[in-house]
Amino acid sequence: MSEKSQSIVKKAKVNCLKLVKQANSSHIGGAFSIADVLAVLYADVLTFDTNDILSKNRDRFFYSKGHACSILYAILAEVGFIDHEELFTFSQNGSYFTTHINHNIPGIELSTGSLGHAMSVACGAAYAGKIGQQNWKTYCIVSDGELDEGSNWEAIMFAAHHQLKNFVLIVDYNKIQSFGNVKDVINLEPLRAKFEAFNFNVCDIDGHDHDAVFYSLSATFDNKKPLVIIANTIKGKGVDFMEHELKWHYKSPNGIELANAINQIEEA
Amino acid sequence: MRTAFIQQLMAEAEKNENIFLIVGDLGFSVVEPFAEKFPKQFLNAGIAEQNMTGVACGLAKEGYTVFTYSIGNFPTLRCMEQIRYDVCYHNLNVHVVAVGGGYAYGPLGVSHHTTEEIGMLRTIPNLTVCAPGDSIEARQITSLAAQMQGPSYIRLGKAGEAIVNTSAVSINYGKGIQIVDGEETAILSTGAMLKYAYDFIKQNGLKNSLYSFPFIKPIDKDLLQGIAKKYNKIITIEEHQLSAGFGSAILEGFNDLCEDGVITMPQLKRIAIPDIFISYAGTQEYLREKAGLVLSP
Repeated sequence: MSEKSQSIVKKAKVNCLKLVKQANSSHIGGAFSIADVLAVLYADVLTFDTNDILSKNRDRFFYSKGHACSILYAILAEVGFIDHEELFTFSQNGSYFTTHINHNIPGIELSTGSLGHAMSVACGAAYAGKIGQQNWKTYCIVSDGELDEGSNWEAIMFAAHHQLKNFVLIVDYNKIQSFGNVKDVINLEPLRAKFEAFNFNVCDIDGHDHDAVFYSLSATFDNKKPLVIIANTIKGKGVDFMEHELKWHYKSPNGIELANAINQIEEA
Repeated sequence: MRTAFIQQLMAEAEKNENIFLIVGDLGFSVVEPFAEKFPKQFLNAGIAEQNMTGVACGLAKEGYTVFTYSIGNFPTLRCMEQIRYDVCYHNLNVHVVAVGGGYAYGPLGVSHHTTEEIGMLRTIPNLTVCAPGDSIEARQITSLAAQMQGPSYIRLGKAGEAIVNTSAVSINYGKGIQIVDGEETAILSTGAMLKYAYDFIKQNGLKNSLYSFPFIKPIDKDLLQGIAKKYNKIITIEEHQLSAGFGSAILEGFNDLCEDGVITMPQLKRIAIPDIFISYAGTQEYLREKAGLVLSP
């Protein structure tokens, strides 16, 4: 299981670095914090068919971290939704590969970029799946800073009230938001206790441990609660000079930094 | 109008099991018959309009035609970005229904005066914007919404408005209706001002023409072309701010026709709320008068 996801994430992270460098765009830090979770999702968890993208039986995956789209685009290229040539039109004039995620790209359910939107839409899909007695599941990834948006807590209450057992929420808890540390801006703690109080099952894991991600996503519970996975992650994971650094929310690497970063990813 | 809406929605749900109604914890003594008859197609999302609108999008993505329902500004201004980005950008079959357009909830205060939303909503691509003038228009617009592709906004009045249209009228998408064929000035009305405008014309010997525009977007340019050619003076009346509302849409329509060389610019008077909040209580009639929504002979 881990071999495939490890191979995907390595290639996708290298391409992601190149995309961000080429487009001089932001958010490499938040892209790398969620990269391992995305790789496990696409390698081992989600049901999808790249030849029948809107297949009725596909799992629905909503990516609320629209700003960290470069890594998801790169992973979609690795698993066959798009080809690499298209991928490298990222941010160019006339390209659908906007630097916040775009539903005009095959495999993307919903455009996001304004925070606090996707979870509600995901809940609507999960509700439809529940009343239609469908087997597919609905997954949604949100960032940690994004949980400042009140609309998310409306959706969290909705999911728990309607016992959306087919809904899995993943929080990319990299502890840094746009303008500072999460604990200093609007502290989310105690986050696990908050979700438990809101009637969610909670898995609190290392979001870079592929086995832990896989087993938490596959966990079953003897109740009707939705599941949240608090993925404890590192912003800029895998590149020493990017890790835990707020500036990599904004900066794109220069030539030397790019070579250094690619080297670190490939050697890991 | 709200009863007409719910009755028509039930008729649509009877034919189509994908019709879905979500309310924002409002609709007491209105939506119960729908909820009882179609429990699998009904949801009370609670007092959480942003989530209600997002959930509507998720349901619409799965094949439902979803009507969100609340009062005043709550299903629109409160969740404007969900309407723009989730509903309209993704061009989903979500129909936002607001009851209590204009000053229908007059005594409740400014929170409940629904007087800016048309201006805000009509700038959003893919969105059809409707304000039916009576319950006959409300029924037919509900039916059109249930069958169309893409989103709409439907501004309803409250309850008990008098009917102006005859039951034989047939409303087509994006089209206005001539109600009175007079000789002099043409009065163009949208939403629940229709009854007031009709009564005014009747009291003045049916000299003026009256047109109802249940669609503000798209605006009926064919009808505007005919009106511009027939009348020297035209008046618009609406229960909305002067800025960016129905009168503005008409003015833009005339301007574009003029630019195309099809008409010469007619003389146009726009009756609308003159960029004010009204802080005191009052019935709908009282507040309309205080805001200057008055036709004079």
